Amino acid sequence: MTIHIKVLGPGCPNCRKVELNVQTAVAQSGVEASIEKVTDYAEFARYGLLATPGLVINEKLVSGGRIPTVEAITGWLKNNA
Amino acid sequence: MLSLKSFITHAGKDRPDRMAWGVVLAGAVLWLSLYRAVKPVANWLTYQMLRLPQDSHLGEAVAFFLYDVPKILLLLSGIVFVMTTLRSFFTPEQTRRLLGGKRLGSGNVLAALLGIITPFCSCSAVPLFIGFVEAGIPLGVTFSFLIAAPMINEIAVVMLFGLFGLKTALIYVTTGLTIAVLAGVIIGALRLERYVEDFVWQTRMGNAGLEREQLTWAERFSRAWENTRAIVGKVWPYVVIGIAVGAGIHGFVPEEALASIMGKNVWWSVPAAVLLGIPMYSNAAGIIPVVQALMAKGAALGTVLAFMMSVIALSLPEMVILRRVLKPQLIIVFISVMALGIVLVGYLFNLITLT
Repeated sequence: MTIHIKVLGPGCPNCRKVELNVQTAVAQSGVEASIEKVTDYAEFARYGLLATPGLVINEKLVSGGRIPTVEAITGWLKNNA
Repeated sequence: MLSLKSFITHAGKDRPDRMAWGVVLAGAVLWLSLYRAVKPVANWLTYQMLRLPQDSHLGEAVAFFLYDVPKILLLLSGIVFVMTTLRSFFTPEQTRRLLGGKRLGSGNVLAALLGIITPFCSCSAVPLFIGFVEAGIPLGVTFSFLIAAPMINEIAVVMLFGLFGLKTALIYVTTGLTIAVLAGVIIGALRLERYVEDFVWQTRMGNAGLEREQLTWAERFSRAWENTRAIVGKVWPYVVIGIAVGAGIHGFVPEEALASIMGKNVWWSVPAAVLLGIPMYSNAAGIIPVVQALMAKGAALGTVLAFMMSVIALSLPEMVILRRVLKPQLIIVFISVMALGIVLVGYLFNLITLT
């Protein structure tokens, strides 16, 4: 089953780092995943995000306001696989 | 046996935290001994190794540079680490809850204080603004938070403390907080809600949000360490360049050279400093060493303070970001109120130190 990942952020350097970590985690764990970048502020609000960058996995906000490590992302991917 | 087993499991659970504390304490001892060694090492390098003559311009400039760069970088690493650890106990979600239902006045004071301690980067200004307003936090209270957060950041405070001393750093923090509170109260009293972009009022926050994380000390420290590395890694070139320029000014610009343009008796120097500061948004790390050197050459404290606040708190990129949620009228009010507050602070300190 494909895991749907969304990186929430207006395009600041921190958001790009999150995206990079997500790509690494997906490649390492070998799960099937789609990665989407979300830049719309109203959309951030819909997930209840207050501080960017945010990370949404299967429609659930798992991290906000910081850059999660590759290991942490891998953990969330396993929980959703 | 059962008690022994539970004891071992318990100790095992505790161990990462104990180890983390051990590492942090060892780091603190190392930090302290490095900090105390900076001055003698800088002097030895300048006057023994390089054999520069004492009391020469070049010698003074080199000793100043070799002393200030490692001192500031050490201070920066130490304070950023401590602040990030402290901030791991606070979240924007908590701050929003604390400010919900607060009124103008007491709410502004709390908002300005929370602005210092809540983890927050300028790219988050928009989602935070939406979240606050949506939660019913008054516009003026939200502004107090948004002003205090960037103005009183640890990099500016560390640079002021390291180069000007504790008194100036405390003056900066107190006046910064005062401006944040008063500007928020004024903006709140003006009832400018109609100048917030309409989509903000229509936005409804999803109530899911983030689950509260239970962090161990080991996690707090390791995140703080990551953050310290990232921040110091980003600002160190500015610190080095800023101090190099400052050292050059110290060594080679004649005393009192600036008294006639940036001195206490030049009335227009404060507003000029604020205007000059608005388009300059270079970070505090690069600007403060230069400003400190200028002050030693006859510039007045109030003028210098006004310039710094303007550079740090009134930045064009921040306005561009806020334009997403604020109509131009509100942006103009925001800049005017801030600029006026900063000019008043500048005059006040020039007046105090005039005696």
